[in-house]
Amino acid sequence: MNILPLTPLDLALASILVIALAALSRMLHLGVGRQLIIAALRTTIQLLLVGLVLKALFANAQLAWLTLVSLVMLLMAGREVMVRQKRRFRGWWGFGLGTLSMFVSSFSVTILALTVIINNQPWYLPQYAIPLLGMLLGNTMNGISLGLDQLTRNAWEQREVIEQRLLLGGSWSEVVADIRREAMRVGLVPIINAMAAAGIVSLPGMMTGQILAGTPPVIAVNYQILIMFLIAAGTGFGTMVSVSLGARRLFDKRHRLCLERLI
Amino acid sequence: MTHHIGPLDLRVDPARCVCLSGASGSGKTLLLRAIADLDPHQGTVWLDERPCDSFPAPEWRRRVGLLPAESKWWYERVGEHMGGLEPGWLEQLGFSGQVLEWEVRRCSTGERQRLALLRLLANRPQALLLDEPTASLDPANVRRMETLLEKYRIQYGVAVLWVSHDPEQIRRVATRHFELRDGHLLEQTG
Repeated sequence: MNILPLTPLDLALASILVIALAALSRMLHLGVGRQLIIAALRTTIQLLLVGLVLKALFANAQLAWLTLVSLVMLLMAGREVMVRQKRRFRGWWGFGLGTLSMFVSSFSVTILALTVIINNQPWYLPQYAIPLLGMLLGNTMNGISLGLDQLTRNAWEQREVIEQRLLLGGSWSEVVADIRREAMRVGLVPIINAMAAAGIVSLPGMMTGQILAGTPPVIAVNYQILIMFLIAAGTGFGTMVSVSLGARRLFDKRHRLCLERLI
Repeated sequence: MTHHIGPLDLRVDPARCVCLSGASGSGKTLLLRAIADLDPHQGTVWLDERPCDSFPAPEWRRRVGLLPAESKWWYERVGEHMGGLEPGWLEQLGFSGQVLEWEVRRCSTGERQRLALLRLLANRPQALLLDEPTASLDPANVRRMETLLEKYRIQYGVAVLWVSHDPEQIRRVATRHFELRDGHLLEQTG
């Protein structure tokens, strides 16, 4: 590896930019100066901690430890999906819906990629498994929270139309179809845009990182293409699962719209 | 917010029209929504000796048609919302066949209300729940709607439950008249 390590001084210099931005936000009364500083501190602490966790994990490449770390990542992502909803489902559904969908999509896609495509010995080698899972979770999280937010918000706003259609004899699935389709579409748009712009407008982060670390660009590019496909599949399937389950949850057995199930 | 109505017992015979009146907030709309099975409720509603639960909910709502006080539309044009109109229905409510090509957003409240009735009748419901169906209509159109509803009621032997505030209208259309007060039905005579 011929990468140059960054010193704390280098990072401190970069942090001056964020502090300057926070100062300017304060002068303009944007009301985000404080949040900006807290977020920057969180990013520093969280990443330093995860660096230590990964160091320990790489030293003990056991499936049990890997599973534990993956589950913690999943639960944090599930919480993130929940708090991003303007109108989320009450009770366990609020947390469970997004978490279950991410579990189904991110984990299955990651395991498929590790066992069938990358094919390491052992297949769960943490140097591959954790970054892959992290990228998948991060992106499916976006798709799922966008899709669910769109679903519940539209159901709320269009409740009178939905009830009118139910009164005319529509089944829950017929009357929610438009909203459900729109929510799935909204969840899929970011990854479609990211794939369309990759390489032309943006150099994706993982590929940039590999190139900085000295990987030949063509190898880095191949990995990036793989990641893009995995993310597209994970986000797409995860969004479809969560929006479908969420749409079902909006109605009871007698095809009544149950908005009281939302907060 | 939970409202409590009832317990109440009401039977509407085929081809009869029962009118329901009551102060606003007395629960008339909630009662109709419960009968259409759109709100959770206790007790049972029967249609021709068959309980509500024995029908799939969408089928029940096609047979027991509720016309809400305010109609909602979701496609661009009127005709996309309905099929299966009987010849003459449009004309009886003062429309020409071209109305099906109209854009919903250009229709007045009264036009939408009349069209909403036709949209509902297109399902050929066996029972009708009408929530102030003529509230936004001028006298001529009120009469048209009453006439069409009477024809439909007699032709198909339909039981009608009609919420109205207008004593004159109740006198014209009702076979029986109840007032909903404190969650109970009080029969009005004369």
